[in-house]
Amino acid sequence: MLDEAQLHHLMEKAKQIRIQTLEAIGYLGVGHIGGCMSLVEVLTLLYYQHMNVNPQYPRKRDRDQLVLSKGHAGPTLYSILADKGYFDKDWLHTLNKGGTHLPSHCDRNLTPGIDMTTGSLGQGLSAGIGIALGNRMDGIHSTIFVIIGDGESNEGQIWEAAQAAVQYKLNRLIAFTDSNRLQLDGFMNEVMNIEDLVAKWTSFGWFTQRVDGHDFKQMDEAITLAKKQETMPSMIILDTIKGKGVDFAENQPSNHNMKFDYATAARVIAKLQAENGEKHE
Amino acid sequence: MSNQSEMRAVYNETLIELAEKDERIVLLEADLMRATGTKSFSQRFPERTINVGVAEANMVGIAAGLSTTGKIPFANSFATFASRRVFDQFFISANYAQLNVKLVGSDPGITAALNGGTHMSFEDLGIMRTIPKLVIFEPSDPISLRKLVQCAAKHEGCTYMRLHRGMASAIYEDTEAFELGKGKVLRNGKDIALIATGVIMVREALKAAEFLAGEGISASVVDMHTIKPIDRDLIIDLAKTCGVIVTCENHQTVNGLGSAVAEVLVETMPVPMARVGVKDLFGEVGSVDYLIERFELTAASIINQGKQLLLK
Repeated sequence: MLDEAQLHHLMEKAKQIRIQTLEAIGYLGVGHIGGCMSLVEVLTLLYYQHMNVNPQYPRKRDRDQLVLSKGHAGPTLYSILADKGYFDKDWLHTLNKGGTHLPSHCDRNLTPGIDMTTGSLGQGLSAGIGIALGNRMDGIHSTIFVIIGDGESNEGQIWEAAQAAVQYKLNRLIAFTDSNRLQLDGFMNEVMNIEDLVAKWTSFGWFTQRVDGHDFKQMDEAITLAKKQETMPSMIILDTIKGKGVDFAENQPSNHNMKFDYATAARVIAKLQAENGEKHE
Repeated sequence: MSNQSEMRAVYNETLIELAEKDERIVLLEADLMRATGTKSFSQRFPERTINVGVAEANMVGIAAGLSTTGKIPFANSFATFASRRVFDQFFISANYAQLNVKLVGSDPGITAALNGGTHMSFEDLGIMRTIPKLVIFEPSDPISLRKLVQCAAKHEGCTYMRLHRGMASAIYEDTEAFELGKGKVLRNGKDIALIATGVIMVREALKAAEFLAGEGISASVVDMHTIKPIDRDLIIDLAKTCGVIVTCENHQTVNGLGSAVAEVLVETMPVPMARVGVKDLFGEVGSVDYLIERFELTAASIINQGKQLLLK
């Protein structure tokens, strides 16, 4: 259970990460603003509350790991990794520039703290299973987190992986679906509906929960419960808003990859800074 | 030379030997363990065997994940599925991510035989050759299989091996040393060089050389077990010595061994060459004896094409 001080700290961090990410994308002028913003809270909760990681030793063998299968949300993760000291914050202004350490999609060879290269949708859950199996073989009991998108869940490989994690009883594997209800071409129920996600993951044999993906308390309780599983992998479906907190992008079907100038980003940043700790009850 | 072994048994034994010495070796299968012949590996090392069911894409993704934890995963399937079906998973999760996945495609080319055209990979070398840094090889006998699998396990980076799983005669002595990227000269000649890869085509090239010798034509025969990186120095030497080259592969003539050799020659030392291989055709069902004739992969084809070059 999060106490009030922890909750306050997480909300402040999330605000900072949202602003940093928006600033980095605004500095570049184009980016995956929608999927980056919908993941701010869960990534903040993982990296500031749940994950056993050490920025001094990014490849420490017994660390908890995160596979961001929807690799296009990398910029949010980069903001967090920079804040935690994996690399200099100045790197955030090099996003997607030639020779950068921070590419549009996560790359384990370029960015300290990135555990797996992702970007071709559908592949990260399989990699997470491989990491969990490798850890089990070595007697390492850390937790492997994987974040997939709801649009990404159209991919068949996700459901191949869904079978395998159950067959191998990977209880140290905790996956999230960022259910922001939008995919690149529009609303999911108009392009390729993937619901009922709870029924699907439950029927595949996963310990499945569904919570508000912008509510720290709900997510924290879900993760705590998931960690208690002894035989089942966990799926936590996060109901989120694509583009959350960025007024011109929120829930816009065009927000998968948007162009916007720095002045626009600055206006929203000023607005976010003025907000006094939005309550998530 | 008549000493025959079942190649899949040799592969399995080699993996077991490697796994006994190195706990990082892990086996992945996609419901083809009976075909690949790795059952005894799975019995000896159940905790290091992952069978994902009929889900090759997931198999390759899991192999990539295992590799990030320091494991050395060998992932097996038929060559068709190991190349065409999982190309993006192998490309991104394993190769682009600079991991250490050993992918093995069995039943290459006409050896898919009774499984027919759907299972007949005439394009896997070509598909794989476009992946940067990937090491691609095809052993020609039980000895080279054992030695090259050992080399692959040591190599830091992804590899793709074509595995002929049926019987094959020993070409090499047990003591022969192998290196990935270094072809083997099996026979020295001065008139024509036959560069072959794999069990069937190295055998046919040796037969062709023997026949040509009877006609007073002296042929070099090279077992070019590694398709990538291709042994440039050896190809240039052969061009200098023989002046005429025939490549022999159980694969499309496009993008495979013949293309790799041609690329070297055209950039360094253009000499007349011909490519024996499948000529822009899909596979089909039949025995290997039928298919080798059907797709003109025989010693007779090699002799025929070689002679035509010499007449020019």
